[in-house]
Amino acid sequence: MPDPATPPEAGKPRRNPLPALAAIAAIIAAMALAFAWVGGWLTPSKLTPARFVDVIEKANGEVSAGYRRAHAKGVCIAGTFESNGAGAALSKARVFAAGKLPVLGRMSIGGGSPHAADSGGRVRSLSLQLIADDGQEWRTAMNSFPVFMVATAQGFYDLNVASTADPATGKPDPAKMAAFGKAHPEAAPFFEWAKTAPWSTSLASTTYNGVNAFRFVDAAGGSRYVRWSMRPQTPFEAMDAEQLKAADPNFLSADLATRLAAGPLRWDLVVTVAAASDPIADPTKAWPEDRQQIVVGTLIVDRTEPQINGACRDINFDPLVLPTGIEGSDDPILAARSAIYSVSFNRREHEIGTGKAPDATGQAGSSTGGKP
Amino acid sequence: MSPSKHFNLPARLLHWLMSAMILTMLFVGVGMVASVTQRPWLVDLHRPVGIAILLLVIVRLINRLLSPPPPLPADLPTLQSIAAKLSHLLLYALMFAMPLVGWSMLSAGGYPIPMFGAVHLPAIVPHDPALYAVLRCAHTWLAFLLFATVLLHLAAALFHAWVRRDGVFQSMAGGD
Ligand code: HEM
Ligand code: HEM
Ligand code: HEM
Repeated sequence: MPDPATPPEAGKPRRNPLPALAAIAAIIAAMALAFAWVGGWLTPSKLTPARFVDVIEKANGEVSAGYRRAHAKGVCIAGTFESNGAGAALSKARVFAAGKLPVLGRMSIGGGSPHAADSGGRVRSLSLQLIADDGQEWRTAMNSFPVFMVATAQGFYDLNVASTADPATGKPDPAKMAAFGKAHPEAAPFFEWAKTAPWSTSLASTTYNGVNAFRFVDAAGGSRYVRWSMRPQTPFEAMDAEQLKAADPNFLSADLATRLAAGPLRWDLVVTVAAASDPIADPTKAWPEDRQQIVVGTLIVDRTEPQINGACRDINFDPLVLPTGIEGSDDPILAARSAIYSVSFNRREHEIGTGKAPDATGQAGSSTGGKP
Repeated sequence: MSPSKHFNLPARLLHWLMSAMILTMLFVGVGMVASVTQRPWLVDLHRPVGIAILLLVIVRLINRLLSPPPPLPADLPTLQSIAAKLSHLLLYALMFAMPLVGWSMLSAGGYPIPMFGAVHLPAIVPHDPALYAVLRCAHTWLAFLLFATVLLHLAAALFHAWVRRDGVFQSMAGGD
């Protein structure tokens, strides 16, 4: 046998190159197609993170350049997390070792408009970035609802489609919303909360819930599923419909500023440990009241900064930025949030980075900067 | 002594290992940003494999400088030979650029850069939206350029193997 590396000798019959060329073309085409398929370009009906953000933008009715596509109106906060050490038995994450660490965060209301009235913000939020002494980071974005409305990304997509304003009326089509409710009975507890839970007068007296389940891994390798909440030390004070109606559009940030001028605000970080029978991958289902709850530390907020130039502006509070000792669960909403926040972050940072977001960066002159 | 007809063993091993890794990275990359369900584990794979490519391409370049590749066939048309050299240069440039852009883009976006377990990489550029915007776009467009170049490179390799049968394919596929 000749060495295959030797060129074919002269005089050998020349082959027809066409079959080989066709095979090469077919291989290249197959690879290009596979790439396009994996990238979602061949399947326009596949729900991708980018298409999800498109539908959120549509439901918002407008794109507010440089702002978050959801929870657009907010304010940066800063302070300290004081860990009491009780969490160390549950998770080896260094944030739970007794001690203090600096915290950066953001308080906001749900919705896509950076200048919405606070009285319309049924959902209030708290996001935090905690960096432990080993440099590992924990980001969490929590909401005032106790349960989420759906258990899958598709479900939340359907809700966004159903709640997009009808161009004829300027309002969501009630028939579509009713159809959504019928198709998603799991959303009932959420809507019940939205309708009946009393509104508090202040961001300071609101409870914020992580809602999704996570896995805590301890130093010995043992693990458990948990959910967490920030429970205010500020006493709850309810606000009725009349008061809400009369309230200033920015009453929440005004209240926060007044309170902070008088002293720092505190929340207890409460970790709830799941029992074996509790639903882990379904954020629409509350866990029974009698589950073990452990206060692992206290959040102390002592100052705010406008989001137009505050440190929270350019942060993506991706709930899957976690230190070792905290892991995501199989809850599909977590994976969806991580993917979708990234797209929202990319779009707003692109707008800011290319100078297309004068309002969101405070370059527009009279901006209110989206303070709540 | 006539020059070897083959790339040396480290060059061949690195070439085939890295081509598998790079193709994986390209598919994982576009797949993870298009999925609302699979991103977490894919991105956890994407970061360390990308950094591994950066480390391997350094070793590969050093090996190439120490042990130059076999010459292309003398009868290869000049244009093809220039195209081959330029495309290899571009592939090397992109094998360095892609991981560096990935690493710096996460730095500019203010993200932590976990590798595995508690091992994290430090930021290599400041947390800055303008920088992030440029780097994030560059990561996508350079990846597309890399994929296109790899496809051309693959087509050329198969052309050498099946049409020209001139030993170029064997220089990477087989040993002395
Ligand atoms: C599939 C379900 C969800 C989708 C598609 C979604 C979508 C979004 C988007 C696009 C943003 C803006 C991100 C950015 O630009 O940085 C955002 C922010 C936020 N989301 Fe969600 N979200 C979902 C579920 C949840 C859940 C279950 C919670 C709470 C438990 C939550 C809490 C928050 C908070 C607090 C923010 C504001 C973060 C900040 O201050 O930067 N979201 N969400
Ligand atoms: C040879 C090396 C690499 C290749 C070929 C590659 C390729 C890709 C591709 C094709 C995408 C999808 C881009 C899009 O469709 O927009 C992507 C995204 C991404 N890459 Fe890489 N990458 C490489 C190295 C890295 C490294 C070293 C890191 C970080 C340490 C990294 C981090 C990321 C992240 C975080 C995303 C998703 C960004 C987002 O969701 O906005 N990559 N990469
Ligand atoms: C991601 C994929 C790939 C990359 C980045 C890549 C990169 C390179 C580079 C830079 C060279 C120049 C030699 C060196 O210094 O290492 C080379 C040579 C070569 N590659 Fe690839 N390659 C890839 C995939 C492939 C595939 C899939 C094939 C064939 C099926 C292939 C076949 C060859 C051959 C035959 C040579 C030798 C060419 C010569 O003698 O100049 N490569 N490759």
